[in-house]
Amino acid sequence: MTPQDRDLLYGVLKEQSGLVLTGDKDYLLESRLMPIARRHGLASVGELVAKMRLPGSTGVKSEVVEAMTTNESFFFRDKLPFLNFTETMMPEILKTRAATKRLRIWCSAASTGQEPYSLAICLKEMSERLAGWKIEILGTDISPEVLEKAKTGLYSQFEVQRGLPINMLVDYFTQVGDMWQIDSAIRAMVNYREFNLLDGFSALGKFDIVFCRNVLIYFDQPTKSQVLDRIAAQMDPQSYLVLGAAETIIGLSDKYKSVSGKRGLYEIASAGPAVGASNIDRPVFAARPAMSGAA
Amino acid sequence: MKTCLIVDDSNVIRKVARRILEDLNFSADEAADGQEALDKCRQEMPDVILLDWNMPVMDGMEFLIALRQEDGGKDPKVVFCTTENDVSHIMKAMRSGANEYIMKPFDKEIVEAKFTEIGLV
Repeated sequence: MTPQDRDLLYGVLKEQSGLVLTGDKDYLLESRLMPIARRHGLASVGELVAKMRLPGSTGVKSEVVEAMTTNESFFFRDKLPFLNFTETMMPEILKTRAATKRLRIWCSAASTGQEPYSLAICLKEMSERLAGWKIEILGTDISPEVLEKAKTGLYSQFEVQRGLPINMLVDYFTQVGDMWQIDSAIRAMVNYREFNLLDGFSALGKFDIVFCRNVLIYFDQPTKSQVLDRIAAQMDPQSYLVLGAAETIIGLSDKYKSVSGKRGLYEIASAGPAVGASNIDRPVFAARPAMSGAA
Repeated sequence: MKTCLIVDDSNVIRKVARRILEDLNFSADEAADGQEALDKCRQEMPDVILLDWNMPVMDGMEFLIALRQEDGGKDPKVVFCTTENDVSHIMKAMRSGANEYIMKPFDKEIVEAKFTEIGLV
């Protein structure tokens, strides 16, 4: 791969998905793009890039974008966000939304569905407390291929063994040949939609909880800030944002405040006086004892 | 260091499992069938047992039932690790006192995920 090849790939990725690659990512490019090159009867990623330079290469380009933006995903990935969901976010939501009994959750990088389905399982497990609630989980992803898989809810034996306790496998899945399919009752709790995070969010409506994990890492700083601010615009006060384990809001957006003691969990900063750096948590949580009690 | 007893009649599987477990900071011991495993447990209970189902002499299910009746036999976590991958086997194992269940083939990620599930990693 020549530096020109790399520039072209980085350019297409940034332009079509907002994915920003810097420095030497040749290993990543090779491993993700060689399968596509082979599918087109080409011997190298260099030849694939040459094909991308030709007119009428839109199809190849979107295959490349898709391959580069697809993440491996597993059920209950990182555990902590789901613990925070059931023990911190949901108890608050049950109180703050008691009047409307409506909850909308957005998984903004739903990939093959493990994250939205993990949330759906959490909700199912607490369904007694959610009688009469109208709950919607929206899963979006830039890749139509991963969403197709998400919709079928079919997972390999390897996939269902990473992160999913065996009891949940037995309770919520059915064996279909070599695969395991998540039950239709869980599938029905999630709607999927092809969506690019660089597009406008207003058509998606308002959300109470947004999972945006391990997707900002691909964006440059200005794009990260912009996406975070635009997500905030889709949320009312007392709504939550969940970022990936290695991600932070600091220096990117002032629309959120971190939830004390809960790594990766943020809450919409209430309107009114700006929250100073020195008093980010305390004044807010003094009024909300339930938060500090959750473990 | 936590201890894990690997029970499998395949020498190859035991070697693969041992490498994975040692990577995860376990001290590993091996047994080739349920009876040998039970003898070892009677000497000293390990923290966790990685247990095959189909073995000569005494199979995994017979071992599990016997283990749970031993003195201190409820202490070790038991993770089945078997090619039996249908729901009826899984449910039978869990009802008989297994803590987790791995369907072969497995890799390090799966062992790590399952051991995390039962609070060992």
